[in-house]
Amino acid sequence: MMPPILSIMIILPLVCACMITLVRGETGDEPIVEKNVKHIALFGSLFVLAFALFMIANFDKSSADFQFVEKFSWFTLAGLNYHLGVDGISVYFILLSALLTPVCILASWNSVHMRIREYMIAFLVLESLMIGTFSALDTVLFYVFFEGVLIPMFLIIGVWGGPRRIYASFKFFLFTLLGSVLMLIALLALYVKTGTTDIPTLMHATTDLEFQRWIWLAFFASFAVKMPMWPVHTWLPDAHVEAPTAGSVILAGVLLKMGGYGFLRFSLPILPLASMYFAPLVLTLSVIAIIYTSLVALVQEDMKKLIAYSSVAHMGFVTLGIFSFTQQGIDGAIFQMLSHGIISAALFLCVGVVYDRLHTREISRYGGLVKNMPNYATVFMVFMLGSVGLPGTTGFVGEFLTLVGTFQASTTFTALAATGLVLGAAYMLLLYRKVVFGPQVNQDAAEMQDLSRMEKIILIPLAVAVIYYGIFPAAITDKITPSTQELVDHYRLSHQPLSFNEASLDGLRDHKQKEAEGS
Amino acid sequence: MEMLAVFPPLLAFLVAGLFGRQIGDKGCQFITCAAVIMAALTSVTLFSSVILNPDVMTDHSYTTVLARWIESGSFKVDWSLRIDQLSVVMMCVINIVSACVHVYSIGYMSHDPAKGRFMAYLSLFTFAMLMLVTSNNLLQLFFGWEGVGLASYLLIGFWSHKESANAAAQKAFIVNRVGDFGLALGVMGIFALFGSITFDDIFSDPSQYAETMMNFLGYKVHALTTICLLLFMGAVGKSAQLGLHTWLPDAMEGPTPVSALIHAATMVTAGVFLVARFSPLFEYAPFALSVVTLVGALTAFVAATIGMTQFDIKRVIAYSTMSQLGYMFFALGVSAYGAAMFHLMTHAFFKALLFLGAGSVIHAMSDEQDMRNMGGIKDEIPMTYALMWIGALALAGIPPFAGYYSKDIILEAAWADQSGIGHFAFWMGIAAAFMTAFYSWRLLFMTFHGKPRASAEVMDHVHESPFVMIGPLVVLAAGAIFAGHLFYGGFVGSAYEHHSEIHEAVRAGMEHGSGPEEEKPADLTESLKQDAKAFDVTHEPEPEEADSETAEILKQSVQKQREGGRPFDTGINAWSRQFFWQNAIFVREQNDTLEAAHGVPSWVKLMPLIVGVLGIALAYLGYIVQPGLPAAIAASVRPVYQLFFNKWYFDQIYDSLFVRNAMRLGRVFWRFGDKEFIDGLGPDGFAWLSRKTAGCFSRFQSGFVYQYAFVMMIAVVAMISWMVFRVEPALGNKPVDPPAAIVAPANQPMEEMQP
Repeated sequence: MMPPILSIMIILPLVCACMITLVRGETGDEPIVEKNVKHIALFGSLFVLAFALFMIANFDKSSADFQFVEKFSWFTLAGLNYHLGVDGISVYFILLSALLTPVCILASWNSVHMRIREYMIAFLVLESLMIGTFSALDTVLFYVFFEGVLIPMFLIIGVWGGPRRIYASFKFFLFTLLGSVLMLIALLALYVKTGTTDIPTLMHATTDLEFQRWIWLAFFASFAVKMPMWPVHTWLPDAHVEAPTAGSVILAGVLLKMGGYGFLRFSLPILPLASMYFAPLVLTLSVIAIIYTSLVALVQEDMKKLIAYSSVAHMGFVTLGIFSFTQQGIDGAIFQMLSHGIISAALFLCVGVVYDRLHTREISRYGGLVKNMPNYATVFMVFMLGSVGLPGTTGFVGEFLTLVGTFQASTTFTALAATGLVLGAAYMLLLYRKVVFGPQVNQDAAEMQDLSRMEKIILIPLAVAVIYYGIFPAAITDKITPSTQELVDHYRLSHQPLSFNEASLDGLRDHKQKEAEGS
Repeated sequence: MEMLAVFPPLLAFLVAGLFGRQIGDKGCQFITCAAVIMAALTSVTLFSSVILNPDVMTDHSYTTVLARWIESGSFKVDWSLRIDQLSVVMMCVINIVSACVHVYSIGYMSHDPAKGRFMAYLSLFTFAMLMLVTSNNLLQLFFGWEGVGLASYLLIGFWSHKESANAAAQKAFIVNRVGDFGLALGVMGIFALFGSITFDDIFSDPSQYAETMMNFLGYKVHALTTICLLLFMGAVGKSAQLGLHTWLPDAMEGPTPVSALIHAATMVTAGVFLVARFSPLFEYAPFALSVVTLVGALTAFVAATIGMTQFDIKRVIAYSTMSQLGYMFFALGVSAYGAAMFHLMTHAFFKALLFLGAGSVIHAMSDEQDMRNMGGIKDEIPMTYALMWIGALALAGIPPFAGYYSKDIILEAAWADQSGIGHFAFWMGIAAAFMTAFYSWRLLFMTFHGKPRASAEVMDHVHESPFVMIGPLVVLAAGAIFAGHLFYGGFVGSAYEHHSEIHEAVRAGMEHGSGPEEEKPADLTESLKQDAKAFDVTHEPEPEEADSETAEILKQSVQKQREGGRPFDTGINAWSRQFFWQNAIFVREQNDTLEAAHGVPSWVKLMPLIVGVLGIALAYLGYIVQPGLPAAIAASVRPVYQLFFNKWYFDQIYDSLFVRNAMRLGRVFWRFGDKEFIDGLGPDGFAWLSRKTAGCFSRFQSGFVYQYAFVMMIAVVAMISWMVFRVEPALGNKPVDPPAAIVAPANQPMEEMQP
């Protein structure tokens, strides 16, 4: 009998958060209180990480079914269940959440001093909600977790953020809320139509295209904002710029992945007809996102803003891959999300390293760091290259697989998206060159210390992971592929099989015409 | 075995890169040099076991799978090492030149504070390049392809305090990425078409797709042509062919050993290797081959024109490299893959020699690179001077130096292609050969001869380089002298053992028979085949068998010779192309220009040599006899000179067309698109609207009692009148709904008065 591991991972951070509220001390004991709070948060999140690793180790990679399932009745009247479980699509996102939370706590170790107690509680609650989102198998439960994530994040930006934190946090909140409201309506409509809130059951429910279209759009509103897709991406740069380092890490590392996960969990399996119907729209928006935000990233003067815009471009590859409806595209999209989760998180940490020293994110204030910070330059380079998608890093595997998948669906979109290879290299190399290379023009920047031990402990494992899983990605994809295979098969079953020639966008259109004529 | 040829440089890189500070500069230099020398020795052993073995009949190529890489549905890629004729030739070139450069760097970089890092990068480059050439699938090739790009980026920008070096490094990476864009799409296209990107699957039978069309960018196009052109786009970027060449001259910002290894001998030839490797596909894409020929020919010509006008010693050699790569590409384009590989190899030797020689000069001249500030140093550094002469002779194609053999066979093959594009390439190549000879001797004369133009201080310091620098130069010089003669038969010799007799017969037949118009390559090879058969029939009585493939005929004839007691000479002189390349290079019979090249008229064979000598003569005239002449010529054809001197304005055009527009577009998207449009209509617009609305309402809450009282009074009046009017119509039996508009304003102030 397997312990209820998912529930443990959801509840454990909450328990730690409660414990933190109990830590008290006399006046004058603040440093000790602070230390205790940090340690509780750190060890709590490390325990969760240990559980997540245990879960991965026990994950059966030959099965596409949901595993570690927990299900019991919750609101019997409405037929709601407390239903948790993971499959290949979600399992690594849980690991990612569990991995990045301790990273965030360590990254804030010496840089956050104000309201440390509340700060740690916010991160622990966030962790619990993130894991809940990726493991919920009931739509209502999912909605609760999915929306709940907003609150701690809103607070993290709004309380511990930069000078324009109020504007940024409200923008973040409003954008996300707009989508969520529509998603709630969609969930209700689904419930009314099918009489169930159980996700695995919903996957096999058949609904007509007309109904699917409306539901799909409502879901899309929510997921597109979370991704974020063009043109609802403008909250992201502001949120990143104002958020504290750890906030940016978790935002880029995990929160952005919820949109992509939503597409994979809801849009594709539950609404396959509408997904195909709207695929050209999504592909178009993705390609615009890749080109548009890459160009915008090229002219940024703020390090965090540049990386934020690059995130939008990278997420464009994700949606591209998902809506190519091919095995490679979807595998690539998931891998790209995981890879981006590590790389962009690490890039924000890298920005945090120099921000802690000089308290500015302006690119022009730095320069020639390779002289006085060689270790920093090396680690930063690994993540920069990962972001550029150099083969041998995880960035390449995700990006390339999505493009391989998309190529089979539409060469035009692939060719347009592949310009991201060039533009991505342009803005990242420009950033790196201006910050790390060049003459040392700023005296204070030239005097900065190299990575501290704490920073090394955080960054080096991430750098090793980026390279290791770039060389041996099969260790991860082996567990993903059965589920994606199932997803693609399931999707194909809802349509006629696509052959290579048909699968171009023209093919899609023909196919739809045939469908329209048939009906 | 093959692991020993590929992985030592990686290990050396890791050790020197991670523990450089612990083991010190000496340790780094030792471990990297040792690793690469070991790899070089191993690759020579591999070369002999795969190519030089006595049993020429069997193909000794094999593939070793190391680990799984990416697996997603039918998309399966392994890390593996493919050892065949093509890859061992490349491995030998890479490892030998790399070993020379490693050793040379010990001396050249002796004043640099970051010696360990430099050696580590060199080893990283070597490893990536080896991965590129030994890959058995397109993705690993792409890994190596981008890996060498990374190493090149790191090494060009090695002196990172120099802004120009950083800019050049970045430019190199990004321009290469433009090519990689094409290469990546080509890989995807191959997967879509073949369902696999492993070489064995792709090359097993590409002819079945000879007629296949595919949907690309909304057009129905010939699949193999499209794929080949996309792959070629990658080659154009990496090999600095016209259009994507602008990074190569700038890359000279890097230390000179880097220029020799990466930007002359190995990395830039990756494109040539790629096309040669994909000969089975290119052979079924004649249009793509024509494009390759055209681009190669134009590059050879344009680069040579620029090379004549530059003053930076390294840039002259860089443009010369670009021009020589152009030769290789038009050789590929006319299906003379063996000739391209041959020139690749000889060029690696003599161009690395020239670059390292130039490095030795720069070292001697206290980092001076401008030839206008050199001169009169030939007696100070005689060793370097002599070695540079060898390199220049090989480059200009003077017998018996290596370049003579490889350049001539390329030009002969271009002529033998007998197509319009082939002739174009031939004449472009002849023109470039003339210019090559001219700028090589211009370089020699300006650098070493005449009166010293450098300051007395610099001249005092001029000294011959230490042995650690001269030693590698001698090794490379040996290659530049002997490689051509030694490997001619194997790389580009006739596939037929008694080819001279056959060619004699063919030529006789041509002269007797039809006119020169009918000298189609197909006819030529056809008649060759006939003759080979006729030659064979004396031993082979079965005509059915003899009718099959040419290779089959040859195999049998060799077999016969053995059985008949006539020993088949396995020495170097008896190498023939067929047994050298085996299945590594595929040429369709009607495209076999290398065979036809052996039968071209003598004026075609002599032409390159004649223009070469003329070029040297002109340089002698202009820089020794009449030193005022070049300036006079430049002044008389000023516009043309300006065009050449400014590198045909490629940089300026690209900068204004792409770089600035991308930046401008980025700014417009950001300032207007994001801030004004999306945010303006979105969150900020809503915020503005709600503030505005709230502002309207807030006027009601002015806090003045008299206003409230006034509003109350109006409300009371309104209410009363409403009630009156409501009652009145009721009296008149007119049922009317209460007008809501009156109710609302009446109630509003009442409510707002509370808290």
